[in-house]
Amino acid sequence: MHDVFLISGMIFVGLILLCLVRVILGPTVLDRILGANVIGTITTILLLLIGFLFENVGMFVDIAIAYALLNFIATLGATKYFLRRKAVHLDKE
Amino acid sequence: MMTVIVAALLFAGVFFFAIGVIGVLRFPDFYSRLHGAGKCDTLASILILVAMALYNISDFSMGSLLVSLKMLAIAAFVFVASPTATHAITEAALVVGVEPWSRKKEDTA
Repeated sequence: MHDVFLISGMIFVGLILLCLVRVILGPTVLDRILGANVIGTITTILLLLIGFLFENVGMFVDIAIAYALLNFIATLGATKYFLRRKAVHLDKE
Repeated sequence: MMTVIVAALLFAGVFFFAIGVIGVLRFPDFYSRLHGAGKCDTLASILILVAMALYNISDFSMGSLLVSLKMLAIAAFVFVASPTATHAITEAALVVGVEPWSRKKEDTA
């Protein structure tokens, strides 16, 4: 079971790197926020996997809860900020 | 038996996450990328959290029960929060005026 958790964790790190491509390339700011939101969700899962690998889930589950809340609040805050700014298109227009 | 169920749920979650990330990378415009991110994210993370809660409770004690309940609490929170965040981003895009993709524009461009 340890190997299963390790392999899924490695796949998740690869998926985070793929999502980072969207964050870097994304044509609008909202694309970048979306990519960061997906990265945050994957990180919540990855923290729990790290907890299983270190056999200390009781500590890491609290960190995962805090990270899920923080990810949600950060996405809402950034979205509200760019809702008022109305300057999403930085280039290509 | 429990190991097989947990591994199946875990790899189903990894599969749906991979689909969602490929959708975020490859879809042609912002709204369809939101479709990929919002749906696959919610489903996949709930599958993985249920798998890990099942694995954690397989040797039963009060401590592991508490940790499993916390994982299910994360699942419930993600089930509410991820569509809400997606909705907020969509509303911002609509208000700001991000153009939806259409095949006609692709041809003329």
